[in-house]
Amino acid sequence: MRLAVNGSPVEAPAAPGQCLRSFLREREHFEVKKGCDTGDCGACSVLVDGTPVHSCVFPAFRADGTSVTTAAGLGLPGNLAPVQQRFVDAAGFQCGFCTPGMVVTASTLSEHDHDDLPRLLKGNLCRCTGYRSIADAIRGTRTPIDGTGTLDGTGTIDAPAPTLGRVIRTGKVGTSLRAPAAERIVSGQEPYTLDVAVPGLTHLVVLRSPHPSARIRSIDSRAASALPGVHAVLSHADSPTTLFSTARHEDRLDDPDDSLVFDRVLRFRGQRVAAVVADTVAIAEAACRLIVVDYELLPAVFDPAEALRPGAALVHGDKDAAASRLADPSRNLVAELHGEYGDIGAGLVEATRLVTGIWRTQRVAHTHLEPHATIGWLEDDRLVLRTSSQVPFLVHREICRLFDLDPDAVRVFTARVGGGFGGKQEILTEDVVTLAVLKTGRPVQYEFSRTDELTAAPTRHPMRVQVTLGATDEGRLTALKLDVLSETGAYGNHGPGVMFHGTSESVSLYSVPNKRVDARSVYTNNLPSGAFRGYGLGQVLFGIESAMDDLAHDLGMNPFDLRRLNCVGPSDPLVVTHVEGADLIFGSYGLDQCLDLAQAALERGNGVAVPDGAEWRLGEGMATAMIATMPPRGHFANASVTLEPTGRYTVRAGTAEFGNGTTTVHAQLAATALNTDPDRVDILHADTDASGYDTGAYGSAGVVVAGKAVLAAATELAGLLRQAAADLAGPTPAGQSRDDWSLETDGIRCGDTMLPLARLAVLAGASGRNLTAAGAEDGARRSVAFNVQAFRVAVSTRTGEVRILQSIQAADAGVVLNPEQCRGQIEGGVAQAIGTALFEEVILDGEGTVTTGVLRNYHVPLLADLPVTEVYFAETSDLLGPFGAKSMSESPYNPVAPALANAVRDAIGIRPYELPMSRDRIWRLLHPGQG
Amino acid sequence: MDLNTVLTLISARSRADLAALGRTVVPLAGGTDLFGDPQAHLTGLVDLQTLGWAPLTVTDGGLDIAATCTIAELSRLPEAIGLAAHPLFFQCSAALYGSFKIWNVATVGGNLCASLPAGPMTALAAALDGEILVWRSNGTDERLPAVDFVTGNQTNRLEPGDVLRSIFLPASTLGSRTAFRRFALSPLGRSATLLIGRADVGGGFVLTVTAGTRHPVQLRYDRAPSASALSRDIAAIDVWFTDAHGAADWRRGVSVGLGEEIRRELESGGSATAWADAREEVRA
Repeated sequence: MRLAVNGSPVEAPAAPGQCLRSFLREREHFEVKKGCDTGDCGACSVLVDGTPVHSCVFPAFRADGTSVTTAAGLGLPGNLAPVQQRFVDAAGFQCGFCTPGMVVTASTLSEHDHDDLPRLLKGNLCRCTGYRSIADAIRGTRTPIDGTGTLDGTGTIDAPAPTLGRVIRTGKVGTSLRAPAAERIVSGQEPYTLDVAVPGLTHLVVLRSPHPSARIRSIDSRAASALPGVHAVLSHADSPTTLFSTARHEDRLDDPDDSLVFDRVLRFRGQRVAAVVADTVAIAEAACRLIVVDYELLPAVFDPAEALRPGAALVHGDKDAAASRLADPSRNLVAELHGEYGDIGAGLVEATRLVTGIWRTQRVAHTHLEPHATIGWLEDDRLVLRTSSQVPFLVHREICRLFDLDPDAVRVFTARVGGGFGGKQEILTEDVVTLAVLKTGRPVQYEFSRTDELTAAPTRHPMRVQVTLGATDEGRLTALKLDVLSETGAYGNHGPGVMFHGTSESVSLYSVPNKRVDARSVYTNNLPSGAFRGYGLGQVLFGIESAMDDLAHDLGMNPFDLRRLNCVGPSDPLVVTHVEGADLIFGSYGLDQCLDLAQAALERGNGVAVPDGAEWRLGEGMATAMIATMPPRGHFANASVTLEPTGRYTVRAGTAEFGNGTTTVHAQLAATALNTDPDRVDILHADTDASGYDTGAYGSAGVVVAGKAVLAAATELAGLLRQAAADLAGPTPAGQSRDDWSLETDGIRCGDTMLPLARLAVLAGASGRNLTAAGAEDGARRSVAFNVQAFRVAVSTRTGEVRILQSIQAADAGVVLNPEQCRGQIEGGVAQAIGTALFEEVILDGEGTVTTGVLRNYHVPLLADLPVTEVYFAETSDLLGPFGAKSMSESPYNPVAPALANAVRDAIGIRPYELPMSRDRIWRLLHPGQG
Repeated sequence: MDLNTVLTLISARSRADLAALGRTVVPLAGGTDLFGDPQAHLTGLVDLQTLGWAPLTVTDGGLDIAATCTIAELSRLPEAIGLAAHPLFFQCSAALYGSFKIWNVATVGGNLCASLPAGPMTALAAALDGEILVWRSNGTDERLPAVDFVTGNQTNRLEPGDVLRSIFLPASTLGSRTAFRRFALSPLGRSATLLIGRADVGGGFVLTVTAGTRHPVQLRYDRAPSASALSRDIAAIDVWFTDAHGAADWRRGVSVGLGEEIRRELESGGSATAWADAREEVRA
């Protein structure tokens, strides 16, 4: 067929069953993204003769004779279309994977459509931003950070945080520098993991287990292997026998070794049985259908409480407890924690007020828009993995260990990563691609489908959280008792870590003389759980902050005041079941300000009226959260900064960019230390060949660990450059001293003498002087950050609908290095948490089958579902973070669900104990006995 | 997504070309449903769009909607002054889970054939006492009441090889006043319940309940029922179901409330109009 794509003629056949999305990507139009492949997410949106369509459900043959326009056809860097420029100016993206489709859709909207955006954007999902910045980009508006209204982009605003403003081209720390990749992202030119043409690429397709618990008796792959175009059929016979964990941490001993690349025992529906490597996906799929597997079905257990009972089916009964680091495989117990501080019995006796309850949280899917994917190949006898990972260095380490490869013989790197939220702190594709590359010698690509993501990728750990609080009549806590049952599913990846972290800052947040924590992480034959934004804190805080709210109601006390009375202060010890280690300190303390800011905003209101009708009940609620600014026991980053002969600076940092904005902040940090514009700073990152070791992008470490290493390197380089200028620039100008050389944007000056940076680099090169400086950070000391969320809601007694009238978050982020970007992290965290609180649930049928395998059945928030959240920053400066900054990526998520539950409780007088607080669940609370 | 097992594509030019249809060769209209799920059992597609069916045909008797009429075309049906049921076209289009970009491609017939309980075109056709014209694979034609077409979650009255040709909406019901209510677990989510009430010129009252029920259910009354009778009859419906889009008991409970809203809306004001007055406007 013949068509025009962005004005260029294309002549090529389309397969009868091919969709337009894959036709365009085959022609290297990588700006057309594959987010769901089911017509739901909109990342593949293109125009066909000016009409917007989802190209993944548009038959390719129908494009014959048409003119197709992609995001790249709207405009390119340096020559952006107005709508693209508005996305840049409004910071209307984070990871940017959804952005090309978003921009294409937005390009078809006129001013008349601006009031109808909720409906018109329901086919475009963004998992990062919470949509406020996207709506601003489309409308050309700029919503003030306090959410009080929408002003024209050219106007001035009277926002509480004066540093907030339009994103700008250049800026040092404290200003809203735009993302370095912004222009490429809005035009689809920023490459993600699979946006590359690899000659001779083959494709890997996985045959997944149809059974929740089975043993493979035999696999007959003869017919599959015989299919033309098939290069390998892989199964347990080909697998390394080294046990590992898909979870990756700085210390690999954090997670139990309970997984194999291919295991003969299948422990959940969806586990790998075999894989086919073939010339095309179609051939690989056909070969998978030809594989004959004889399964021996085994007993299974699907409920974590049942899994602990004697006689329950054992998920990993074959494992050695010590070798795999499991608490007790004969009881399905991965890890447990039992500890007491003070005397819990005495604390409960002393209490005159007692509240208790059992709270439950559901499975949540990360739903990063870019699926897990890896391309692997051999280059000069080295294995190269281009992967969608938050932790390329940790992947490198474990791949070397699993396949017994020399570290120098392996390179792992990432392109820009299309979202993660913890989901890409796992090895889910890299291991099988490595096996396939080593087996075939060919380049191999493996990409998760959206259904793989929703049915087989690890989810947030579901938890049962029992909380008992004792207090005096004055509201002083005397006892805090916690019992947590965390379901890790079929594998223990992140099982211990989430359990320990979940019961950590949630408990140490309160200053209570008597505490007890009992927690267990348990195997079942459901799909595995894993790392998810907040890493367990959100689940446990849902229980504790709800219980605190019950206590406030019982006492007739304002919930803000109850926190002021009981929350840990800057001079208190941090205690879970014992005083926390000396590595955790109050580098700054902003909880008091957060409480004041959120309470004032709630009392001020926002003028949004209660809906009409007698069915609506009004309520307010709040919740608090604390988080350590980085993971415990070491998080390492090495960075370097070089002055190039071109006069530009190159930052090399190991951490990955997945929408968290670290590249932006790293450019700002380097530019500030070197007194230049971030435009002069190039960043190479997330590549084991390009920089020194970095633990990776988890635990909100991008600014406070990697950023600190970058700052140290840049500061060191600034000194080197002054020294080099003094040594090499000839005689010191009259009236100046050698110490007077100072860096400017593009040169170094001493008095009237100005030496361009490029000249300095050449002089240094000629004298054999190295203009690279290194910096490192070990994460040995950690601070704490705070977030307070408040809501005003209306709840319909007739339908169970929860309508958010006002959403407020106050954050203690230390010195805010990039206000607009930090605001975006908070808005996005609140949005994701509203999804968790009201809508999202990975539903299982009780026998290990996920029934919510497509986005149509797994509801992530749309623009229509979310309020504009007012964001307030406490004014603190941290002792540890670069320029006084603290991390602010995970923590905004954590207080949201309990704050919303508390507002619902206030509205209807009934406590919700279960997430999500879906309309049917709230309705049932209001209409008991009608079910 | 790519349907990699599909190896043949026939662009149908006449009914004879439909002979290729069967269990593994299926009709293709817009494609948004077919290409939105794996279809490893399929080997071929027969494109219906090349048959060139007029999307919307106005006759003395009513409105004929080709199966291949897109949702976008239906939603843009000119607003005929006084055609009382007209708002339903946009309301039902907007009830589609898919975005406006899906409307540009997805078809009315495709939505009926997908036969999801929440299919808004099923609701529209059933609510207006539409008639489905089926081209049977043996060459015969059959007309079915639209309310009976969808028989369960993703099941319908078509046999392999059959084609849904068109949906006829009679003039009598197009002139009726209607009231529309839908509700979901989120503001724009897939419909958990979708109810359409109709006050006919002759005084009859029809409530069509879909989305929360496995198949459309119609409650028909000679004249508007009392609140208690309607509420009792809605609550007595026995095909509510539970899935990711809502629990059965909640769907029933909310539907009782929405049914009463519809009853009241239709009780007050407005008048039905004759098709003859409206059709010229539609043609324009």
